[in-house]
This record gives sequence, structure tokens and C-alpha cells, in this order.
Amino acid sequence: MKLTKRQIMGGLALLASSLALPATAQDWPDGRITLIVPWGAGGGTDATARIIGTLLQERVGVPVAVENRTGGSGVIGHAAIADATPDGQTIGVATLEIGTMHNLGLTELDYTAYTPLGLYNSDPAAIFVNARSDFADIGGLLAALEDAPDRQFKGSGSAQGGVNHLALAGMLMAAGMPAERVAWVPSEGAAPGLQDLAAGGVEVATASLPEAAALMGAGLIRPLAVFASERLDIAPDVPTFNEATGHDFALGSWRGLVAPAGVAPEIAAQMTEVLGEVLQDPQYVSFMTERGYAMQWTTGADFESFMMTSDAALGDTLRAVGLAAQ
Amino acid sequence: MLTHIADALPLVLTWHMAAVILASSAFGLFVGAVPGLSATMATAMLVPITFFMDPVPAIAAIVTTAAMAIFASDIPAALVRIPGTAASAAYIGDLNALMRKGQVTRALGISVTASAIGGIFGSLVLMVAAPQLAIISLNFTSDEYFFLALLGLSAAVMLGTGSILKSLMSLAFGLMIASIGMDTTSGYPRYTFGMTSLLDGVAFVPALIGMFAIPELIRTFVNRDVVAPVAPVGNPLRMFTGVGRLLWRSKVNLLRGSGIGTIIGILPGAGSDIGSWISYAVSKRFSKTPEEYGKGSQTGLVEACAANNSALSGAYVPAMVFGIPGDSITAIVIGVLYVKGLNPGPMVFLTSGDMIMAIFLVFLIANLLIVPLGLLAIALSSQVLRVSKLTLAPLILGFCIAGSYSIDSSASGIVIMLVLGVFAYLMEENGFPVAPAILGIVMGLLVERNFVTSLIKADGSILGFFDRPIAVGLACLVLVVWITPVVLWWNRRRARVSA
Repeated sequence: MKLTKRQIMGGLALLASSLALPATAQDWPDGRITLIVPWGAGGGTDATARIIGTLLQERVGVPVAVENRTGGSGVIGHAAIADATPDGQTIGVATLEIGTMHNLGLTELDYTAYTPLGLYNSDPAAIFVNARSDFADIGGLLAALEDAPDRQFKGSGSAQGGVNHLALAGMLMAAGMPAERVAWVPSEGAAPGLQDLAAGGVEVATASLPEAAALMGAGLIRPLAVFASERLDIAPDVPTFNEATGHDFALGSWRGLVAPAGVAPEIAAQMTEVLGEVLQDPQYVSFMTERGYAMQWTTGADFESFMMTSDAALGDTLRAVGLAAQ
Repeated sequence: MLTHIADALPLVLTWHMAAVILASSAFGLFVGAVPGLSATMATAMLVPITFFMDPVPAIAAIVTTAAMAIFASDIPAALVRIPGTAASAAYIGDLNALMRKGQVTRALGISVTASAIGGIFGSLVLMVAAPQLAIISLNFTSDEYFFLALLGLSAAVMLGTGSILKSLMSLAFGLMIASIGMDTTSGYPRYTFGMTSLLDGVAFVPALIGMFAIPELIRTFVNRDVVAPVAPVGNPLRMFTGVGRLLWRSKVNLLRGSGIGTIIGILPGAGSDIGSWISYAVSKRFSKTPEEYGKGSQTGLVEACAANNSALSGAYVPAMVFGIPGDSITAIVIGVLYVKGLNPGPMVFLTSGDMIMAIFLVFLIANLLIVPLGLLAIALSSQVLRVSKLTLAPLILGFCIAGSYSIDSSASGIVIMLVLGVFAYLMEENGFPVAPAILGIVMGLLVERNFVTSLIKADGSILGFFDRPIAVGLACLVLVVWITPVVLWWNRRRARVSA
């Protein structure tokens, strides 16, 4: 066999690239990535995770498998992320429930079991009334609640101890009322609770704006205020609770990307960087905008302190409504 | 409504959908034509495959398979006197009598056309009624839903075949299974024995797969039915000679059968088998020649064949609008819809009206396809009938295991499927109907949750259930369903005493 110059050059290039391999092997990713979603296929968290998974796969060129590990009110999936080998090959979506599950006594697990990568979405809760209701604004509603006996008003929007329940209880406490001023009617998720509001079964309901979009579009319910620090792009006419009442209160569900605790800092930094780039993708941006999901990318230590604050606030509210485990 | 049809057409008229519909037609015709494999089992076997599909093709596959299977079950009923599914059992005597008279092509010709017409009738009712009902039901609170679910459970017990007491016990078993897992109102775990996999309750799709498929598999091994070989039917095109004239003469039967079938389908808990029994009985009652029934009555055949296919479409009305299954197939469909994020209820008509309309359009297409594809199936029937159920059994078991695993990627689904499957076999062998248990599993939480929700809203007062007019109306309906059998029993007893 006679080697031409081109073949030799090619061989050398190959050799050089194989020599370079060990150096890149320490990089992330090292083979197939698993992205664990603690909630069911078809839901909002699943939809966002799947588009991130697809774009990540295109970006890094290794397969990204999205796994729905559902059950146990989120415990099973959140635990599966925390229990995975911290080599960066398993990541997952942590949601607000990581701050409520351990306060409810369902698990020992809390945010410290993870290496925080970045918070990519948080949708503030808003408070809604039936479109035919007499309450023109949040001030009117609060005044009526002030005068009403405990439990005369009924509210719905999530399970007992779910994010929308805590939003309503938190709002009442921020306005100086006891949490039991409004009796909570548990519902399986926001949709049935909002439908009950539209049908006249309850007087108020709390949910995020994307969750309420269909019934708002049909003209059956209307938002009075949103529990956020500033007005939202998707609903610029809805005042924040703070500007309308002067009481300081904000709460909403959030979704963040995490890895198990113990991932080497340089790998974590690299993961955060790559994921940050993925979230710039126009396909992702148009998906999130279309669904009405807010976008952000709060990384590393900032995300960790966000989870810590969220955890403490949720714990306080759960204790106030009497649901926290001893 | 009309804008939804325009949005829905691009979802239906694609090559992908054409392939899905054709493949599931072939599958449905095959399963329906093999004696003893039911349309529900065909649906259960489709579940793992639908996980890899978008929502509309997934439901389209189920709809097409079921429509084809219900029709195709008439083929073995006519040729070897074994109904392919329970829905053909009502008029099997007529089919077989016609076969012995050498009129088998005529019998199957009636079956093909009446099935297609009944199915199209039911689909049109579904397309028109469901969106209207959805708008009305946007005003339903937990009070109305409680009574609707209670009505469904009551109808499942009262309308079923066999003893009411056994149906009631079967229902209680289903409700017991449904109470396992986290109590949705207080968040307290019940009967989980500390197992996290039971915290969300007994997964419902594995339970359904097990309770429908496993008993049939066990019976395959226990009974070892031998199917006698059959001669080819001959030129299937000859089937249609004279059928047009017969259908025109029995247009009243055709309309009445489709109407009764649709209504039975809409009633929760009663599906195409009960639809065909009841419409066959009605047809006999009003016939001028009741003595012909069971001995080759062609008008009876027209009426019952139309009824069982229209019931199939009717069952989707409560399933889509309220999330309450109209029959056992829609019980599985509801499970698949939840997995696909198309949670059934009035909201889905607001958020995904185009997808719902696309699914309804598939009903029309599938029922139209019964005629050409049914011909093909009849022509090939002598080959299909030669397939031994025993050879299919391992394949079916494989599908069952894959289906119960894939629902949440955990082995607990397989355990649930097997345990409940064996239990369902024991129940059926002892004369307990399985359908009320299934409806108990599917609707138990619905009844409980709406009951507790209404109690919370009314501060614990039962009177709160009767505050709203529609709720009172539904409560009266429930009472009628409860009281009727008692009155009938009392009348019969009095008649016996005075005689």
C-alpha cells in the first residue's frame, strides 16, 4: 500500500483528533443525557422540558431522552433526579413543589439535594372572579372579604396545599386577614377549579394567566390582580397586587433545570452555559411566547438563593393554613 | 363549530392519518373477525402504540379499530356461529339461519351496510350534540357532576346483563380499587401500605388492560376452542344485490335502530352490546312478523346491526363532554386522552376544538370505510378464521405487558395488570360482570371528589346539592334509575301472587 501525501495528512489529522479526545472527554456531555420530568406527559412542565430536550440534542449532538417519572405528587420524579449519579448526564426539571413536599411531610427531600443550573420559567399566580361578578377590582374584593365572616367566600384552583391555594392564603395574610377567611375548595389542578368559578360554584379562584387563558378568552372569568413584582407582558392591563392594594405579596409556580448535588463545579458551569444558549433559540422563544409562559434564565447561586427564599415562604404559608407536617 | 371543521380538516387529511386509519382498520377487522377477541381488547392492545403518536392519530386509531371490530364480529357469527364480539350475540341466530338457507352473502351484505349507516348516524349526532352539550356543561359545578357520575354508576348496575346484586358487588369492588391512593381533597394517603407507586392510585390504563385482556387469554388456554374450517364466501360484490331495496323497505327499523343505539351509547355504562340487545328486542316487539326473529329475520338484522355501530359513536358524547365513559372502550380512550394532555371535559372544546372536531371527522371516515374494507374482510374471512387464538395469545400478552409498563415507565403497572386480570377472570367465571367494576375504577374518584367538593361549598349541608335546578333534574333521573327495577320487581311479584 502506497501512502499519498493526502492520506498521511489525513492520518495525522485523525491522530491529532484522537489525541485531543481525552481532553474533550472531561467536557460535558459525555454520551447520552437523561432529562427527568417529575410530572405527566402532556402537561406544561412536560411541554417545556420536551422542547428544551429537543433543542439540547441538536446543540450538543448526543441523544437527550426525556423521561416522565410521575407519581407521589411529584416526589418520585424529584427523588429520581436527586438520586442519579452526579456526572452531569442526568438532569431534570425541579418545580415549586420541591419547597412544599417536605413541608407537607411527603418526603425529606428539599432543594439542597440538587446542583442548581438555572431557573427558566416562573408564572405568577393571579386572582380571578366570574365575569358576571360585582367586584370591579381587587380593592372591592378585599373590602368585601374584610367584612365577611370566615369561610363565607369559597375559593378554588388547586389541590389542598397546591401553589394556587398557597397564593390565595398568602394574599389574605398579606392583607392582614386570617387564611381561613376564604374556604378552600380543593380541585385537581387549575382547570377544574377555574371551570367551577365560571359555572358559579365558587366566588374566587387563583391560577396562572396561561392556565386561565381559555376561559378568559371565552369571556367567562376575569383577572383582578397578579401576584408579581411587576405587570406581565402577556396581560399589561392587569395590575399587580402590590400596586393595586399596597400590600407586598408575590407568588407563582416556577420551573428550573437542576442536576443531582455533587456535580463538579466546572462541569456545572459548562452545562449552565450550554443550556443558556439553548434557551436563546428562536424556536424555544416562540414556543414559550405562544403558550404564554414567562421566560428567564437565573443561574447558579442566584437560582439557589431563589429556591431557598421560595422554600421558606412556602413553609410559612403552609404552617399558616395548618397543612405543614410536625 | 364551522370554523372548527375548517381547522380540523388539515389535521385529518394527511398521508400520516391515511396510513394510521388504514392500518387500524386492518387491525380492527382482523381482531373482530377472530372469534372471541373483543373490540375492547383490540383497543387495550393499541394503548402502547398510541404513546408514540400525536393525540389526533392516537384517538383516530382507537376509533377506527373499534368501529371495524364491531362490524367484523358479524363475520364469524354468520359463518361459524361464534360471535366475534359480544355485540353480535343478539342476532347470531338470524345470521346463522340465513347462512343455512344459503343466503350468507345477503346476511353479510345487510350487516355491512346497516353497520355503516348506523355508525354514520351516531357520528353525526356526536358532531352536532357534543359541542352544544359542552357549552351547556360549562355551567356545571361539582353538584351537577356529582349527580352525573352517580347516574353513570347507577346505569352501569341497572342496565347490565345478569343479576343486579352481582353487578352491585362488582361495582363496589371497583370503587374500593378507586379509593386506593392519595385522597385528592385532603391529601391523605389511603391503602398504600407505604408504597410510593400506589400514592397516585391504581394506574387506570394497566387496570383496564388487565381486566379486559387477561381473562380472555386465560380462557384461550383453558378452553382451547377449535374453530371449524369454513368455505370461502365467493364473490363479495354479489352481497349487495337487493340490499338497497330491503334497506329502503326497513327504513323505519334502520332509523329506530340507529336512534336507540345512539341513546344507549350516550348513557354511561352501556355500550354497543347492550345497544344491539335492546334494539333487537324493540324491533321484535313492534314487528308484524315476530315469529321470524331468531330464525333469519332480515329486518331485525338491519335494526340491531345499525344499533351496535351507532352506540359506539354515542358513547363518545359523555366521554368527551364530561369525562364520563359511555362504554368500556371509551373508558380506555379517556385514559389515553389524559396521557395526551387532552383532558376530557367542556374545557377541551374551548382549548382544542379543532382536535376534537378532527376526532369526530375520523368517526365519519371510519364508518364510511366499513363498506369497501368490510368487503375485503369478508372475501378473506375463510383465511382469518383459520388463525388459532392460541398462536395469537403470546403476542397479545406481550402487548398487554408493554402497554401497562409504558404508561409511567414502571413495573408496578405490570403487577397491577396481572393481579386485576386474574381477579377479573375469577369474577367472570363466577357470573360477576366486570364492566361495573371498570366503571367503578374510572368514576369512583369523580363521584367522591365532586361529593366532597360540594359538601365543602355547602359547609357540610346535604341540602346544598339541591340548590341548582339542573342538579335537581339529574337527581330525579338518578331516582328513576334506582326505583324502576324495584317497581318492576314489585309488579312481577304481585302478578305472581294474584295468579
